[in-house]
Amino acid sequence: MKLKVATAWLGGCSGCHMSFLDLDERLIELADKIELVHSPFADIKSFPENVDFTLVEGAITNNENIEMAHIIRKRSKFVISFGDCAVTGNVTALRNFFSPEEVITRSYIELSSNKNKTPNDYSNLAQLIPTARPLHEFIKVDAFLHGCPPTADQIWFAISELLEGRLPEFQNIFLRYG
Amino acid sequence: MNKTITISPVTRIEGHAKITIHLDENGTVQDARLHVDEFRGFEKFCEGRLLWEMPGITSRICGICPSSHLISSAKAGDEIFAVEIPETAEKLRRLLVLAQWVQSHALSFFYLSSPDLLLGFDSDPSKRNILGLIEKDKELARRGIRLRKFGQEIIEILGGRRIHTPWAVPGGVREPFDKSKKDHLLNWIPEVKETALMALEIIKKVHQDLEKEIPSFGNFRSLFVGLVSTDGGLEYYDGTLRVMDGNGNIIADHLDPRKYYEYFDEHTENWSYLKFPFYKPLGYPKGMYRVGPLARVNICDYIETPLAEKERREFKKIAASDGVVNNSFYYHYARLIETLFAVERIEVLLNDPAILGDHIRARAMINRYEGVGCNEAPRGVLFHHYWVNKDGVLQKVNLLIATGQNNLAMNRTIKQIASSFIEGSNISEGVLNRIESGIRMYDPCLSCSTHAIGQMPLVIQFIDANGNVVHEIRK
Ligand code: SF4
Repeated sequence: MKLKVATAWLGGCSGCHMSFLDLDERLIELADKIELVHSPFADIKSFPENVDFTLVEGAITNNENIEMAHIIRKRSKFVISFGDCAVTGNVTALRNFFSPEEVITRSYIELSSNKNKTPNDYSNLAQLIPTARPLHEFIKVDAFLHGCPPTADQIWFAISELLEGRLPEFQNIFLRYG
Repeated sequence: MNKTITISPVTRIEGHAKITIHLDENGTVQDARLHVDEFRGFEKFCEGRLLWEMPGITSRICGICPSSHLISSAKAGDEIFAVEIPETAEKLRRLLVLAQWVQSHALSFFYLSSPDLLLGFDSDPSKRNILGLIEKDKELARRGIRLRKFGQEIIEILGGRRIHTPWAVPGGVREPFDKSKKDHLLNWIPEVKETALMALEIIKKVHQDLEKEIPSFGNFRSLFVGLVSTDGGLEYYDGTLRVMDGNGNIIADHLDPRKYYEYFDEHTENWSYLKFPFYKPLGYPKGMYRVGPLARVNICDYIETPLAEKERREFKKIAASDGVVNNSFYYHYARLIETLFAVERIEVLLNDPAILGDHIRARAMINRYEGVGCNEAPRGVLFHHYWVNKDGVLQKVNLLIATGQNNLAMNRTIKQIASSFIEGSNISEGVLNRIESGIRMYDPCLSCSTHAIGQMPLVIQFIDANGNVVHEIRK
């Protein structure tokens, strides 16, 4: 039976997901082994129950990320922090030197033609939390995939282990930063 | 009772967004909005960083087009150094930009859009993705995968890694081209050329199959903006800006991209983190313009490589009598013409002895306090604008990002598709997918903004005149 796999995309740049696609021809092999039940690459909008494992890219940077993280945790057997933004906050957390008001003011007031509006319709938009944080501060994480982004080989190793029902234990070559 | 339909999240695009469609009591579409849902704040947090760090930091704006940000950032640095970079460095940077086009365009067509175009808008949503495509047509999927891989491998050969390479720097590039890889890449050219041509045949067939849908997929006049070479050819790395109106008149030409702020400004709405750039002389929102493949192939006078030029001429045949292709569905078509161009041009560059040089970097210090870098990212023209102090510490940053410039057009497109396909309460998943695919045509890169919560596929809200939700249906 195919394993149910999900990927999610919180406060990141999508580079970790692109590195997943850098599996190249190995994706064809993967298509026989997994079902992609929820992902930015796939069309099922709701996060399903009983997911075997979920790769989570990105830091927690707004209220919707928090909600999503809890849903993922509840419905996945294993949750993997996928890349440095999820693991440490990384580039997404560079905003932590400033307040949310300061970053928003710069982009939407100072660098805009109409100086009186900011995106604040929170019925349709996510709201920044004071600082961007790593995923494991909010939910229990089962394994950490380092790298910005993790290389395709690293991802392949992690997935191969997970397909065998094991949590990946990274050796030195896969514990690299940046 | 008014009603709002929400599609959340929009999938198979780069970044996360949500769409709301507002209906009146008769079920007629009043408005449709694309809400880009998150914000990371690069324009603020780059302040205080060093100029030398900027290529590395700003490439993290986006994992799909990091090389485009890298090049714009390095070019802004060239301006601040006030240097002309060595010929080899420029040609290698050009190679990088072309490789970036190939990998990103292949991603857009094969991984993200072909599930709609080849499996069908109404096909099983659980299969409507790249793995579903692999299941349906392994050979085609393999070809698409290898086309993207070709681009990614060039980036890796140049910069040591596929994503977020730190290879381009103010003044040039860090490493020369590894000569031993030249033949490997040249031997690969026939295969990728064939794939690009094959994809063009596929899209032409799709045009026939979708005769019914295409007329409402972003069919309206707007300005088009992009870079052209000195004699009006398709340009991707340097060049000057051309602005064409929806009737094919060139209303401004050879504008200096370093003065982009004289021609363009950005408007803010409270319901999206993506700003709304507009062409200043026409104001907001009349100054709506489109950038990216459709704009570039429309505005250029010619393409310098033979196969792509032949395709451009054929493309122009679908234009109205004024010579402009105004329908956004043809973004796919233009993107594939550009893919073919990029492959042909990569071949020319690989055969150019100048790329093998080892004079690749001009070294200088801070000679100006301000610099703008610009190049054509896969999705359209991109600008990085930096202000530094004498030590190279960033004082201020402005970024005008390709996708943002299509924001007005994307909103207009989803409204048009929604109006054509929504009739009363008869709203199928396939119709909602058509609306989303209207966004996919632009291949938006919303990665600087991520994520809408997605536990519910579809929420229809009935909203009273005061904007209160009085009833809600979840599917
Ligand atoms: S870890 Fe790096 S590649 Fe991954 S989302 Fe963060 S910035 Fe992008």
